[in-house]
Amino acid sequence: MNWRRSMIGLVISVPVIALLAYGMTQDPSAIASPLPGRAAPEFELAIMDSPDDVSLEELRGQVVVLNFWASWCYECRVEHGDLSAAASYYEGRGVRFFGVLYNDTPVNGRRWIAMMGGQSYPTLLDNGSRTAIDYGLYGAPETFVIDQTGNVIHKQIGAITFTRLRELIDPLLAAGTTE
Amino acid sequence: MRFASLQVVLLVLLLVLAASPAQIRAAQGQDTPARPVETVQVVEETEIDRQVRELAAKLRCPVCQGLSLQDSPSELAQEMRAVIRARLEAGDTHDEVLEYFVGRYAEWILLEPKAEGFNLAVYVLPILAGLGGAAFLLVAGRRWLAAARPARSQTDAPDEADPDLVAWEDLVQR
Repeated sequence: MNWRRSMIGLVISVPVIALLAYGMTQDPSAIASPLPGRAAPEFELAIMDSPDDVSLEELRGQVVVLNFWASWCYECRVEHGDLSAAASYYEGRGVRFFGVLYNDTPVNGRRWIAMMGGQSYPTLLDNGSRTAIDYGLYGAPETFVIDQTGNVIHKQIGAITFTRLRELIDPLLAAGTTE
Repeated sequence: MRFASLQVVLLVLLLVLAASPAQIRAAQGQDTPARPVETVQVVEETEIDRQVRELAAKLRCPVCQGLSLQDSPSELAQEMRAVIRARLEAGDTHDEVLEYFVGRYAEWILLEPKAEGFNLAVYVLPILAGLGGAAFLLVAGRRWLAAARPARSQTDAPDEADPDLVAWEDLVQR
């Protein structure tokens, strides 16, 4: 009788404990994005401190790195050096880097860039966060790598490194799909 | 003489203290309160407002902890409510608006997950747990009652060795 009770207790409790243990191994902030593998949402945004706009459509044939950042975001400081270095490294090689100022003002953005010692790629202004919503943004920083055909290859939540950018971009360039 | 002047001072003090702020204001010609009068403008909810509210209540605010877009005061939630409105005004159905957000944020954005696949566990498990609990209570309750009956019948037997108890039981029965 006791043996049977123990078995029933185990049958009920083990799956519950296993489920909870599995949950403890997951990062609740890491929510899988449905965007990788799909066409990147189109955008046409003004370039900060420039009279020009840029659209995703006109960037076809190039790898696009879209980094959403804000002056209030700590991790943006962490990744800023790597992003600037990567943008310089890939200059003229069919890769375009853009920052997108998220939930922040251009005044704060300019001050932050000056404080960080400059930025080797342009920043776009996303009024009303419409592009951020189109890209399913949870916060900043988030970085999207878009291939030459306009498909999202990767969404990075949190700071990205130079090494990670090379891991993502080099195979795209090697595939030779650059027009 | 000194006592009389003390009385006068006390009387004046009493009169000053008794004067209420309203009376003072009235004396100064300020009958109305110092605060500006707040006017409440009642804005009637339109059909599109109602639909935005309904849909925003079904979607999770991405930058909040367990708040819907409707309940969140965050800037992103406001912008997302504006997106809902724009899409409804452009002719999207409710399902199309929800699909738009699911396509960007995955099903996580829905406060009520769809009742399909693994999500079914969310709907089925509580019912199963409730039924299991009810069955356990039923079985355990019967056992407890069965175990309690013979014990009570033993204790209920009159103790003939105790004449006081027999007398009390007679009294109670009468």
